[in-house]
Amino acid sequence: MIKISGLTKRFGPITAVAGLDLTVERGEVLGFLGPNGAGKSTTMRMVTGFVVPTAGTVTVAGHDVGEDPIAAQRVIGYMPEGAPLYEDITPVAFLDFIAAVRGYDGAERKERVARAIRLLDLADVAHRPIGTLSKGYKRRTGLAQAVLHDPDVLILDEPTDGLDPNQKHHVRSLIRAMGRDKAIIISTHILEEVEAVCTRAVIIAQGRLVFDGTPVALKGRSLSHNAVTIRVKRDAAAQARTNLATVAGVARVVEKPATNGIATLVAFPVDGKSIIQDVSDRLRRDGCPIEGLTVDSGELDEVFRRLTTTV
Amino acid sequence: MRNLLIVFRREFAAYFSTPLAYIFIVIFLALSGAMTFYFGNFFERGQADLAPFFAYHPWLYLILIPAVAMRLWADERKTGTIELLMTLPLSTVEVVIGKFFAAWAFIGVALALTFPIWWTVNYLGSPDNGVIVSSYIGSYLMAGAYLAIGACVSALTRNQVIAFILAAAVCFLMLASGLEIVTSFFIGWAPAFVVDTVTAVSFLTHFQAILRGVIDGRDAVFFTSLIAIALFINVAIVDLKKAQ
Repeated sequence: MIKISGLTKRFGPITAVAGLDLTVERGEVLGFLGPNGAGKSTTMRMVTGFVVPTAGTVTVAGHDVGEDPIAAQRVIGYMPEGAPLYEDITPVAFLDFIAAVRGYDGAERKERVARAIRLLDLADVAHRPIGTLSKGYKRRTGLAQAVLHDPDVLILDEPTDGLDPNQKHHVRSLIRAMGRDKAIIISTHILEEVEAVCTRAVIIAQGRLVFDGTPVALKGRSLSHNAVTIRVKRDAAAQARTNLATVAGVARVVEKPATNGIATLVAFPVDGKSIIQDVSDRLRRDGCPIEGLTVDSGELDEVFRRLTTTV
Repeated sequence: MRNLLIVFRREFAAYFSTPLAYIFIVIFLALSGAMTFYFGNFFERGQADLAPFFAYHPWLYLILIPAVAMRLWADERKTGTIELLMTLPLSTVEVVIGKFFAAWAFIGVALALTFPIWWTVNYLGSPDNGVIVSSYIGSYLMAGAYLAIGACVSALTRNQVIAFILAAAVCFLMLASGLEIVTSFFIGWAPAFVVDTVTAVSFLTHFQAILRGVIDGRDAVFFTSLIAIALFINVAIVDLKKAQ
């Protein structure tokens, strides 16, 4: 549905996006990650035809955005960064304008507006000026505008920014549900969001692609992926630590400060391989007084930091 | 055409969704009335015509029309809604023209509400209504030219105050280019054709010709082509600068 090739944007001496290649298919929810200024918004603006690329092409549903932006814009639903809206008018009037631009008339237009209001739960504020609404309602009005015409391609720049946890949950399940038959790109810097809604994670740093894979694979890159956390009585901690260090596959063991007489040990594996079996066998053999044993799936924050600062 | 109408409707309604429209109309009516009666000596002249009413329009528009035009693009850029608008399936031409006509129609409403003065002059005497009609048309065309220049300037900045001041300054130059204040700057060193050209683009020269009741196609063509050129430049500016 979305095909980006060799996409480059330079602003004077600054290169915001440097030769990006990316393809997004129907049924994918792509989480677009990167530090601030990495080129996420610029990329989205080029896909939606707002910014003209310095080089490279974008094709959306077969339409070249550079050659026929309007045909591409018809199949795209887009919420720009910060969800800009006409603050003087009400959500109903605003969505009615969007529905008119999207080509709906008469009863169908009313139905479309009503559906968008229902979908984003805006009924309570539908007739109040947008400028007077809370940040959460504004963001949802911006989302309602993007999904009103049930587009094949959805591009959402930080869709859950400013929402409370309940609203976040609501919007995420909405995106997940829509992701089944659309191609969706969402940008975010909330890493847990990628795990919660995305089928694919892409990280860019300084305008270049540094990771492209599933959220699970992203976690697998973590140093603490498959690490084992062991909680033991403080007296037994030192012995356990020495013993664990000798287990094959364990790279190193770290001890964290004890609380309430319980110490926490973390055994990191070599190359992210599973070590839980060997570790637990060894502990049992030593008769170590274990209070708790957990396997880490990995820390997204840590992977993100490593991937985006080494470029 | 359909899209143009949709943009037109939204923009036109936008004027009335804030107090701006009402304030503008009241001030426009109050000022045009005050100027007609105090400075124009409407009664004392003892003539049944609207010359003193129309004579002040170029100066009134100088302040009021940049105030209508300043929000057209500067506001969209400041609030970021330009990104929303320009990524909808609308062409830049449709948006530029739709916005312009909405603002022009709004000014038309304000101008139309001056009808009591026309009624008054017909009640008091028997004016040449042909001249009055052509003066209204001329005034409206001139307002369109001011507005198109103001819209163009508004697209250059995200600051409405800058848009207002720049538009007023450019409009003043266009207005006064037939007056000594501007021509004296050129006379003496510039060749005669330059002085003539500068004088020829003066709003005042063209508007006064219309006020005399001489329906000369050239004056109407002057204002309409100025509107067309300004809108053309407006489209180019929006396309170039929308994302900055």
